[in-house]
Amino acid sequence: MSHVELQNICKNFPGVKALDDISFDVKDGEFFVLLGPTGAGKTTTLRTIAGLEHQDSGAILFDGESVDHLTPSDRDVALVFQQYSLYPTMSVYDNLAFPLRSPLRRTSAEEIRKKVEETAEKLRISHLLKRKTAHLSGGEMQRVSIGRAIVRSPRIFLMDEPLSNLDAKLREALRVELQHLQKTQSSTTLFVTHDQIEALTMADRIAVLNQGRIIQVGTPEAIYDQPASTFIAQLVGSPRINLSKSHLEGNIVSITESEVHIPCPLESKLPSDFLVGIRPESIKPDLNGKFCGQLVLAEPLGVETILHIQSGQRILLSLVPGISSYRIGDDVKFDIAVEHIHYFGLDGDRLQS
Amino acid sequence: MATIELRQVEKKFGDLHAVKPLDLTINDGEFIVLLGPSGCGKTTTLRMISGLETVSGGTIWLNGRNVTWLHPSDRDIAFVFQFYALYPHLTARQNIAFPLQAQGESRAKIDERVNEVVKLLKIEHVLKAHPGQLSGGDQQRVALARSLVRRPAAFLMDEPLGALDADFREVMRSEIKRLHVLQNATTVYVTHDQIEAMAMGDRIVVMSEATIQQIGTPTVVYNDPSNLFVARFIGSPGMNLINGKYADGIIHMAGMDNRYVVPQEWQNVLGKGLNTGREIVIGFRPESAQINDHGELVGKVYASEMQGSSAVLHLTINEKDIIHIRTDRLIPYPIDTLVHFDINPRMVRFFDAETELAFKPEVSQ
Repeated sequence: MSHVELQNICKNFPGVKALDDISFDVKDGEFFVLLGPTGAGKTTTLRTIAGLEHQDSGAILFDGESVDHLTPSDRDVALVFQQYSLYPTMSVYDNLAFPLRSPLRRTSAEEIRKKVEETAEKLRISHLLKRKTAHLSGGEMQRVSIGRAIVRSPRIFLMDEPLSNLDAKLREALRVELQHLQKTQSSTTLFVTHDQIEALTMADRIAVLNQGRIIQVGTPEAIYDQPASTFIAQLVGSPRINLSKSHLEGNIVSITESEVHIPCPLESKLPSDFLVGIRPESIKPDLNGKFCGQLVLAEPLGVETILHIQSGQRILLSLVPGISSYRIGDDVKFDIAVEHIHYFGLDGDRLQS
Repeated sequence: MATIELRQVEKKFGDLHAVKPLDLTINDGEFIVLLGPSGCGKTTTLRMISGLETVSGGTIWLNGRNVTWLHPSDRDIAFVFQFYALYPHLTARQNIAFPLQAQGESRAKIDERVNEVVKLLKIEHVLKAHPGQLSGGDQQRVALARSLVRRPAAFLMDEPLGALDADFREVMRSEIKRLHVLQNATTVYVTHDQIEAMAMGDRIVVMSEATIQQIGTPTVVYNDPSNLFVARFIGSPGMNLINGKYADGIIHMAGMDNRYVVPQEWQNVLGKGLNTGREIVIGFRPESAQINDHGELVGKVYASEMQGSSAVLHLTINEKDIIHIRTDRLIPYPIDTLVHFDINPRMVRFFDAETELAFKPEVSQ
């Protein structure tokens, strides 16, 4: 496994700046996630590391050495895509063995068997080894695709939305297994996704991409708790963050068109107009709460309930544990965990307090 | 306003039952969700209600009137499809007005109704645009406006949010539900997404393999699933289910020698008519387990997931089963740590491993 570093990577497609000065490093044994919407440049970044695309400028280093002159096969990376690319006429065993049988590697038949069986066990597909891949379910096929990547020990795993084609239950299960596998093998992994929950749950660190630029790099906790901009604050977290125009009235922060007025945090120097972001779990219904609103909708999800509370013209989302007993039309008193309020400028950038 | 009743309604394609005979009464003003995986018969059921599909048996009643063999257009029911199905050459406004024009309404009436729904859905700004120029969400709103404008007796919706990305699905989900709260029109909504079903339904009809598995409020299907299918399908992750053998008030689990002392009120239920050593499934939700150094059960950390405002700890309790416990976000657990936990005795459920049906608690006197 390797330490992988990108230095100032730029890449233009006709009329588009696909990658605009991308720099980050994936540490040895790290699970690194590139998160962003469609067209952000995630897949292009991954393909550039693999050598399937060439950057216009900048350098890619594996363990401190440039790999820019190396062909994709000489970079020794393993790729897993959203679309499983398996050989349909071969058995699962042969699909897994395929990368090891490359004449370049000269692995003995005995060693191949051992590695294939080990891999199959890790991915819980031992019972499928003799099956033709064409007869597998989607989830099983994706396990085999992942197996084919991990059967050898490449310098880095590059995974491009490998879970996106699976249904919700399978995606959840495989997410947990992938993470376990990565942690127990300490493999260096770069994982591309547009799904914020995949990023939060699996990553050691996340890089958020938008329009070809990296806008924040950090642990899932840092991305969630200290989003660098409103774009990130809204991208991460479900239900979405309450984001409202606000203004300062003397020493009071007023959320525009609402009845929420909060004492200004002392140390911060807020401009007169700005944006306030409040995560739904920071709005806490409480019989003695300082604020009051009216319940316009409740969405019971089982483990928690999303309450839509109207205050003035604004609707604030509140996330509460369990199934809530509030009914539509009820008055709801609530408190706000002011220490967890996010402040952003009108340009969307986080204001430092 | 409408009450819809299905009596022994079934659908066969050749020898294959797409929907086995089912009974369902949908009350006036109710939001009913048909929920299940693909191929479970939910869409076929919806299409039979609409009249787009004929029944192979049984009858369908709308407000006490037998509509089983009425043409779809004579049923006074509006259908919202997953695909926007807007006329591309008409503006948004013309699309919305279309059903009223087809009915031959006066211009004044059309204007009045269109303005009303447009205001309700807050789409005043898109009226002059053609569908191709609109975002997915606005197209969906226009489609919704077009079905609302007729004021039908009931709405049928087939995965209307399926084509939207996650972010926007959340927004539209609450918009549709708020609309329902304001209008109170009887709605039958089909989805495979259990979160959508929980969030929107007054009652949920859980379907699998062409039959109804359970009908109940979100609280009931979540807390008291009727069988293992519903227990697994509802919730994210689903209910934790562990097999074990019951004897004398104790369930012995395979693997790590876990022994679970069954709460007193369940002992009679489980003991009744059972041979000692019968296979039982214990079920509990991830949030119904509490980590506790002196907890009676133990598992080994497999993975932990930060999920934003909370975290989920995944534990292996034997060779094949992984269970999930919801925790506070801030406690890190290295892989392979042994973790002890308790199950909230009020929230534990039991299933027969063979029939897969839930045991019913004894009614307290």
